[in-house]
Amino acid sequence: MIIGLDVGGTHTDVVLLDRQGIVRDVKVTTDASNLFNTVLEGLEGVMSGMDPAVVKRVVLSTTLTTNAIVQNKIPGVGIIVSSGPGIDPRYFQTSAHYFPVSGSIDHRGREVEPVDAGEIERVSREFLARGIRYVGVVGKFSVRNPVHELQIKAQLGNGFEKVFLGHRISGHLNFPRRIATTYLNASVYPIHREFFEAVQQSLNARGLSMPIRILKADGGNMNFASSIEFPGQTILSGPAASVMGAIAYAADTADSLVLDIGGTTTDMAVLMNGVPLLAPLGIDIGGYRTLIRSLDIHSIGIGGDSLVRLNHQQIEIGPERLGPAMAYGGPVPTPTDALFVLKKIENGDRENSIKGIEPIAGALGLSVEAAAGSIFEHACSKILQEAEAMTARLNSKPVYTIHEIREGFRLEPRQILLLGGPAPYFGEQLKKQSGMEIKIVPKWSVANAIGAALARTTSEITLFADTEQGMSMAPGEDYHATICREFNREDAVRTAFDLLKEKAVKRGANPDHLEMEILEELEFNMVRGFNTTGKNIRIRAQVKPGLIKGYEDVLSLSKGPHA
Amino acid sequence: MLRAQHKTGLVFFPAFDWAISATHPEREERLLYTQDQVNEEGIFDIQGIREFKPDPVTLMDVQRVHFCVPDAWKVMTESHFISAGGAKTIGMAVMDKTIERGFALVRPPGHHAMRVVHGSRGFCNVNIEAIMIEYLRAAYGVDRVAVVDTDCHHGDGTQDIYWHDRDTLFISIHQDGRTLYPGTGFINEMGGPNAVGATVNIPLPPYTSEEGFLYTAEQVVMPILDDFKPQLIINSAGQDNHYSDPITNMNFSAQGYAQLTALLKPNIAVLEGGYSIEGALPYVNTGIILAMAGLDYSHVKEPGYDPDKIRQTRDVTERIHRVGDKVLQFWETREDTREKVQGDKTFHERARNIFYDTDNIQETQKETIRICRECSGALKIDSRSSLGNHVLAVHVPRSACEACKNQGYTWYADGDAREFDGIFLQDRIEDKYLVKEE
Repeated sequence: MIIGLDVGGTHTDVVLLDRQGIVRDVKVTTDASNLFNTVLEGLEGVMSGMDPAVVKRVVLSTTLTTNAIVQNKIPGVGIIVSSGPGIDPRYFQTSAHYFPVSGSIDHRGREVEPVDAGEIERVSREFLARGIRYVGVVGKFSVRNPVHELQIKAQLGNGFEKVFLGHRISGHLNFPRRIATTYLNASVYPIHREFFEAVQQSLNARGLSMPIRILKADGGNMNFASSIEFPGQTILSGPAASVMGAIAYAADTADSLVLDIGGTTTDMAVLMNGVPLLAPLGIDIGGYRTLIRSLDIHSIGIGGDSLVRLNHQQIEIGPERLGPAMAYGGPVPTPTDALFVLKKIENGDRENSIKGIEPIAGALGLSVEAAAGSIFEHACSKILQEAEAMTARLNSKPVYTIHEIREGFRLEPRQILLLGGPAPYFGEQLKKQSGMEIKIVPKWSVANAIGAALARTTSEITLFADTEQGMSMAPGEDYHATICREFNREDAVRTAFDLLKEKAVKRGANPDHLEMEILEELEFNMVRGFNTTGKNIRIRAQVKPGLIKGYEDVLSLSKGPHA
Repeated sequence: MLRAQHKTGLVFFPAFDWAISATHPEREERLLYTQDQVNEEGIFDIQGIREFKPDPVTLMDVQRVHFCVPDAWKVMTESHFISAGGAKTIGMAVMDKTIERGFALVRPPGHHAMRVVHGSRGFCNVNIEAIMIEYLRAAYGVDRVAVVDTDCHHGDGTQDIYWHDRDTLFISIHQDGRTLYPGTGFINEMGGPNAVGATVNIPLPPYTSEEGFLYTAEQVVMPILDDFKPQLIINSAGQDNHYSDPITNMNFSAQGYAQLTALLKPNIAVLEGGYSIEGALPYVNTGIILAMAGLDYSHVKEPGYDPDKIRQTRDVTERIHRVGDKVLQFWETREDTREKVQGDKTFHERARNIFYDTDNIQETQKETIRICRECSGALKIDSRSSLGNHVLAVHVPRSACEACKNQGYTWYADGDAREFDGIFLQDRIEDKYLVKEE
């Protein structure tokens, strides 16, 4: 059996699954000030009375690192950047302990200027004097040649608890994001490590001896050992959990839109033939743009508990949440209160909802029911507008070949998959306003935890080959090989798949069910003078985000009621 | 956090699957390292910088500018529609005020493509700047436009298209035509009889360095632009003046290009040539983008950059000053010159041979312009190519007076279908392109 646990802002959802379906699901209140207790309470709740030995896997999605960053509860981190020519690296300062140093590598990975050992020595002493224990080292073009990052790390010595290197994070070119991501990895490292070690120990103490896995923002999981190297990848895993919980119900021959309507926000994602799309480079969080691989999820400040008010006779919803709906004792009217007035929800105090909406109705010269109808309609149309804007943004993504322009890839969602607390109440109205088919994801209130439980182990690698220089490399994998002049695209793809498989298995993937694919495959003849001097090959490959094998029944249980 | 001072739009279309031929300078690899640098710098993440996806141009967009012989499909590939579309996309975003400035980093280039197109010359088939400009004129009613061509080669295609246009100021700064393809662009090439002065050529001596380019921009180009008062400034941003370019002899740099861009403040820049694909383009393009956005470019320096090593000699400086003085003198006296050239003639003719080096085609043209003081004048071109095509092309300009419009239609009507393989009329008043039926 598998446990999936997803810590949300308000609730933490936990499910216990076997191959036939959900054995048990529980919801506990999230205590943001003590996530450790929340997680344990959830796990104990779902396991009470069960034999611990039946659990083969525990997958956790927490807000631990996300909160740490958003609330800026992070330790001092030392950052060393070696940039060479381009934009002045001082503009990318992330930390109070930020030191641009000399040294430069170019786009082909050739050394332009060496690292200055004396300078690193001085920075290192300064870090130690400042009591810094975690360091990030980032070079421009280090993914084309990590030698400077490695030299700097070697020179920093053993005086630091952990040194993170930029080239290990992602094969993507983007120096500012590499700096930010390395910084975030180093920043959340101590809290991440401490937390999961404690969770693991507590589980062991309860006889749950299986290793835990941790959900990533790309909708895949990784084992604890891998997460220690890349703790930043756990940031914003929650929205990914929901999308993964929905994909089993998506049409695989048409595009769909996933809407996870929560209390404070609505998260949305587009599925192409049932497959979630990845953000082009990585997530944005707390003002940082990163290379943290992530599903492309757009979040808007409209949810069941959003504040409803009038502004110049216009209804406005969110983005603030000041508390629960008035029907549940909250302070201000919300879309949920509108649903109470409209008698779509009944297990609260409708009179309170009416009291909340009356002033709005009065100002608009409408009956309370009509005002509630307008509020509800407005909430739905805002959500649909944002979804349309998201689709338009995905469709306007630039491409760089004539072939791609000719193919004219275009997303056109035909169905909406709804989940989250208020989901069932929104179905009918969204259908009316969008004209799309609506599917309410079965077990809509714990679909996120199911998504976490059944997510595959994912990974991505980038391989770069330059036959003129006679080398191929995958910087994230510590892979560097000498190649012959005849090395070609097929060889590169083969090497990439080998490396990807190795990485995925190390992260905990089932080697028999790896769904690997090529994301990018470019090969250029390099011509100098009038002679072809070599080939420049770039390959990006991934294990696709998706659900693990053998649990299809869990999901097919419930191919979903239609609204 | 970096924030652009000027909202800047970019179209990046490297056409990674298109080349003139495998080892040609205009090949797949050309913008590869520029893409690497631009991505690694995180340029598209900067607040206020936005990347646009290019929409290909339409046939009508092309026909507003060119007479393609025998037709557009025979002389253009998809890459040309997209490349021109990149420029158009940026132009529209500027006119819509989505952005303040924009740069189309596209290939293939276009500034050697003339009004009549039989094939490719100087790696260019259609003129992507002109296609954009004429679209903006038709769609947004833009009138006065200046094109400043900073490619190392004379922008003879753009010059040809705007030779008779009083409302388009074309300024080309380039390596002296006696030393480089296409061998034109001398100071006395000042525009046709109705548009004397609207073409400005500034041929610079080989080995001109930062000092010379910036002097020319400040002391010659800017005063002329100030006089002309264009609504839009377009920069044909060729990058082959770079000291490392393999097919030219100039000594310009990434810092220099960035400063030049900051001086010119173009609304729209369009990439033209530049074939030092590793040593120059990544840095020059980064510098231009930062300068357009009003960002600090002081650290953008190509590896090995040493201003002392490329400094121009005193002799070069003096020659540049002499060229500048003469250009300004010609500019000041352009009205008198126009009067003299126009005289009391009704028509003015010129006969030319045009060589398409890339496709190895010879074209002979006989051009007739109606002398006009009211408008840019009706234009007739009788063109014959070594491929055997013989066409009659008539152009009625945007601002044509009644007489010129009538003249254009008369020429078109009088064209004898037995004599020509094609008879075309570009009516820019009605925004129509007519092909005479046999």
